[in-house]
Amino acid sequence: MDSLINLAFFLLKILIITHVLLGAVAYTVWLERKVIGHMQNRWGPTRVGWFGLLQPIADGIKFILKEDLLPPGVNKFFFLLAPLLAVALGLTSLALIPFGETVTIFGRVIPMQISGILASNGTVYDPGVGLLIILGITSIGVYGIALSGWSSNSKYSLLGSLRATAQMISYELALGLSLVGVIIMSGTLSLREIVNSQAGPFWHWNFFLGGQFVAFFIYLTSAFAETNRIPFDLPEAETELVAGYHTEYSAMKFAMFFMAEYANMFTAASVATLLFLGGWHSPFEGLGIPALPLPAIVASFVPVFWFAFKLFLFIFLYIWIRGTLPRFRYDQLMAFGWKFLLPLAIANIVVTSAIVALRAHS
Amino acid sequence: MVHHLLFFVFAALAVGGALNLLVQKHPISSALSLILVMGSLALLYLLLGAEFVAAIQIIVYAGAIMVLFVFVIMLLNAGEEEHTKGSRFVMVFGIPAVAVLVGMIVYVLANRSQMNTGIELGAFVGSTSGVANLLFKEFLLPFEVTSVLILIAIMGAVVLARREP
Repeated sequence: MDSLINLAFFLLKILIITHVLLGAVAYTVWLERKVIGHMQNRWGPTRVGWFGLLQPIADGIKFILKEDLLPPGVNKFFFLLAPLLAVALGLTSLALIPFGETVTIFGRVIPMQISGILASNGTVYDPGVGLLIILGITSIGVYGIALSGWSSNSKYSLLGSLRATAQMISYELALGLSLVGVIIMSGTLSLREIVNSQAGPFWHWNFFLGGQFVAFFIYLTSAFAETNRIPFDLPEAETELVAGYHTEYSAMKFAMFFMAEYANMFTAASVATLLFLGGWHSPFEGLGIPALPLPAIVASFVPVFWFAFKLFLFIFLYIWIRGTLPRFRYDQLMAFGWKFLLPLAIANIVVTSAIVALRAHS
Repeated sequence: MVHHLLFFVFAALAVGGALNLLVQKHPISSALSLILVMGSLALLYLLLGAEFVAAIQIIVYAGAIMVLFVFVIMLLNAGEEEHTKGSRFVMVFGIPAVAVLVGMIVYVLANRSQMNTGIELGAFVGSTSGVANLLFKEFLLPFEVTSVLILIAIMGAVVLARREP
């Protein structure tokens, strides 16, 4: 009986988190259009609802009602598989991300992580190699894009997906290596333990006292490239490739690529938050500031608020950079990834491990 | 109970993927079946408690090596395979050879059943530090030699790619 209730809570958790994420994706698109609009001295969406707030819903209805074209000459099976793969893998990595300690609802302690399990002694266990599993899922995520371009049987799509594949393989190296410094500092691969190793006021975060700010910038740059965002959006460069790998996709299948891209943005931002900025810990923790007199249920959601706030900062940064920087040229992109970011990431590993080794000896 | 259920699901997926890899005519379909096999193997490792090996299996094999395979197939735009005389030869002699091999493995396993009673799915944990201790303490020399081997392979690739006409 108890295990059945646990299972029900577990499924409920998956349902809520997935829908919150998809809602966040829809409203990130709204935010992006609005912010970019204001940056370019325009208004952005204003017509549908107050401040255009119903625009994402109108877009969703439009995507569902539009004709779902299947162009002739495509490889049907892979053409349909590609968007499914992209969106499924984009949502799967979310299962590993912890966004809070625990909350107590109806006398039940629930870990704020889909893959988190409450042990009988009250501590929460999450996968010991959570970070590696996220990296694995993002590395498989390439197949959605690669297959979409290949199965479309169109030159723009193929060029877009070839670019995407090459770009993602190249930047995955710098991305993975930039995280090694954090792993050395924390001594674990479990996301929950990495976050807890940064507990305390904000200078305890890996970004500050951990000395991982170089790694942070490498990670951030590679994450932009991994998620195909400006200035690394060569796979879908509108001026050269129509729309890149999803040129031949229409209606909901196109929207699925869109959802996958934004879900990947959220994953990349979550990993940055967890690894470098202390995850759900408040920046003022341990400073002796009295807690606000909140009801217990609200107080237990405060860590989730901090996590969401840091996540929002990253999402805003994504949008801000989109409004600021032009697109890289292809050779610049490859040279930057292989000749600058990769050596820098390796140097960061050497310096970090030297510091940790010296500290262990003294 | 759950462990055994998952084991049979993913073992079936691995074998099915491997068979599909052989049956499919198009290189992309074969490559994707191979990814399915590797993903299922990773989950089998996970069931055995080797979480680090499972994650590395996904990152290295499914995420890096197979991406390069798919990339090359896409770049060359390889078409469907055609049947040649060689493939008929393989059909005639290969299938009996596989049958003999499978029969042998089953025979050996059936006669040495006491050997594999000690292992229980999900009973032990192969942690990251366990793997690290093995690699960097007990097998340090073979590990470093292998890395030199890989370095030589990389240099070989560079030399081949940069050869002047």
